[in-house]
Amino acid sequence: MRPLRNVIYVQTQNSWLHKDNENLVLKVDKETIARIPIHKLQGLVCFGQVSVSPYLMAHCAENGVTITFLNMFGKFLARVEGPVSGNVLLRRTQHLAGNSSESSVNIAQVMLTGKLYNQRYVIRRYLRDHGETITDKKVLFDLQTAEKRLSRCLTQITDCTTIDTLMGREGEAAQVYFGVFNHLIRQKDFEFDIRRRRPPSDPVNALLSFCYTLLIHDCRSALETTGLDPASGFLHQLRSGRPSLALDIAEEFRPLIDRFVLTLINKRQLVVKDFETWPNGSLTLKDEPRKTLLAAWQDRKQDTILHPWFEETVPIGILPWLQSQILARFLRGDCDSYVPFLWK
Amino acid sequence: MKTMQNLEPIYLSRLQHYLYCSRQFALIELEDVWIENQFTAEGQVLHQRVNLADQQKRGDVRTVWALRLSNIEFGIEGVADVVEYHRQEAGIEIPYPIEYKRGKPKTHRADEVQLCAQALCLEEMHGVDVTDGALFYGEVRRRHPVHFDAELRNLTIEIILACRAIVQSKVTPKAFYEAKKCNGCSLIDQCHPERFRKSASSWLAAQLKKD
Repeated sequence: MRPLRNVIYVQTQNSWLHKDNENLVLKVDKETIARIPIHKLQGLVCFGQVSVSPYLMAHCAENGVTITFLNMFGKFLARVEGPVSGNVLLRRTQHLAGNSSESSVNIAQVMLTGKLYNQRYVIRRYLRDHGETITDKKVLFDLQTAEKRLSRCLTQITDCTTIDTLMGREGEAAQVYFGVFNHLIRQKDFEFDIRRRRPPSDPVNALLSFCYTLLIHDCRSALETTGLDPASGFLHQLRSGRPSLALDIAEEFRPLIDRFVLTLINKRQLVVKDFETWPNGSLTLKDEPRKTLLAAWQDRKQDTILHPWFEETVPIGILPWLQSQILARFLRGDCDSYVPFLWK
Repeated sequence: MKTMQNLEPIYLSRLQHYLYCSRQFALIELEDVWIENQFTAEGQVLHQRVNLADQQKRGDVRTVWALRLSNIEFGIEGVADVVEYHRQEAGIEIPYPIEYKRGKPKTHRADEVQLCAQALCLEEMHGVDVTDGALFYGEVRRRHPVHFDAELRNLTIEIILACRAIVQSKVTPKAFYEAKKCNGCSLIDQCHPERFRKSASSWLAAQLKKD
């Protein structure tokens, strides 16, 4: 399998990144902090006031390293990358498939099957690991019921024939799943009520939103590496400026993110006072805890996991890339269906 | 023969990809897939010398490096690593193509076909018969002479036509897993010859049925 290359997140303000031979050099106040061979990188993400020399940008572009600039809060600003992969036939097929409601439904159905299957796994896994220690009868009952209802939603997904009904089923599943999400949190000071996105007004939602952004970023680069158009989706409607296909393939991986967030909370790697509240009621992570999160995320991507379709154990970080591969090969006619990543 | 003037050229270096595996050819040609591995990197290093366009004269032999070639009739083009022009008694120069390869002489004819295609280009460009050339193998560091007989010429033309058929159909041939071949292929992680043998839809249905 393809080796997992690293993504470097730079969030020290007033950092200066430049190229020295084949290395990326990170300087803060003219002092060299780090030196990394560029061929080991897959991406470079800069938060806030981080400067990159044009020669480093060119070298990254030539080596397929995407540079993304975000503001301090993780909002997207700009991206620097080399020429797009030239697989025009793949893009053409992708756009044609996106134009056909039948193909779109088929692909979207498989993607959502993956999502629901993996959501159910999050609950099953919790029941397996902690089922015996749950003293509250109602909690146990809720979790078991949610597991069964997700199984039913999973069957119903395969009967859907339109994107709208698929979205409806997905919505039901989300209600079931997030309805018991609070039961999976084992730290009393963290409370989860419902999934709220704009803006996230509690620490759990803030963490989910931030981590989903990281995930979508990785999905997007995976699609671009494969030569697919990240903007042209099947489940998510086309809307300019939106990476619809990245959002599509991210669906299968959201449950992995959810569990990653649960682990951060349950293992007390992050605590409530790591967040700061803004006048609009939204919450963001403070600088130091965000570093903790990003480091944990990088570690998590190195962890290996079984990919049942490939029958191979692979680093979690290359999953988006593998799914992009399967999608591309399906669109090019190599197999009779797209297959999702199933978490086992 | 019908002229192929209006056709998109097939690159000489791609002919050997087709001979190795028609799917490999299509992945590179149609899908823009290219992954460097140890072997391709070694090939690059070996070619560094011959990639610099240059020429030199020594006695009756004029040597040209990195010479651009094409044959309009067959719609092929590319670059010859080295062409030696051997001066004959009558004063005419006969081109003698030499292609650099890493490794050692192979059991299949991919390298010979690539060289023969160069000969077809040189014949059209210079209007002379090109009967011989050589492959230089990096590992054994030795020239291996190749004679362009009718059999090799026919094989070469056949390969050119087969490559063109893939380019025109825009369809990537299906994968067939052959351990010996596939495990040495730099594109194995993009091609997944083993995985795509099974039906994806029935695999997925079976997984969902399991629990």
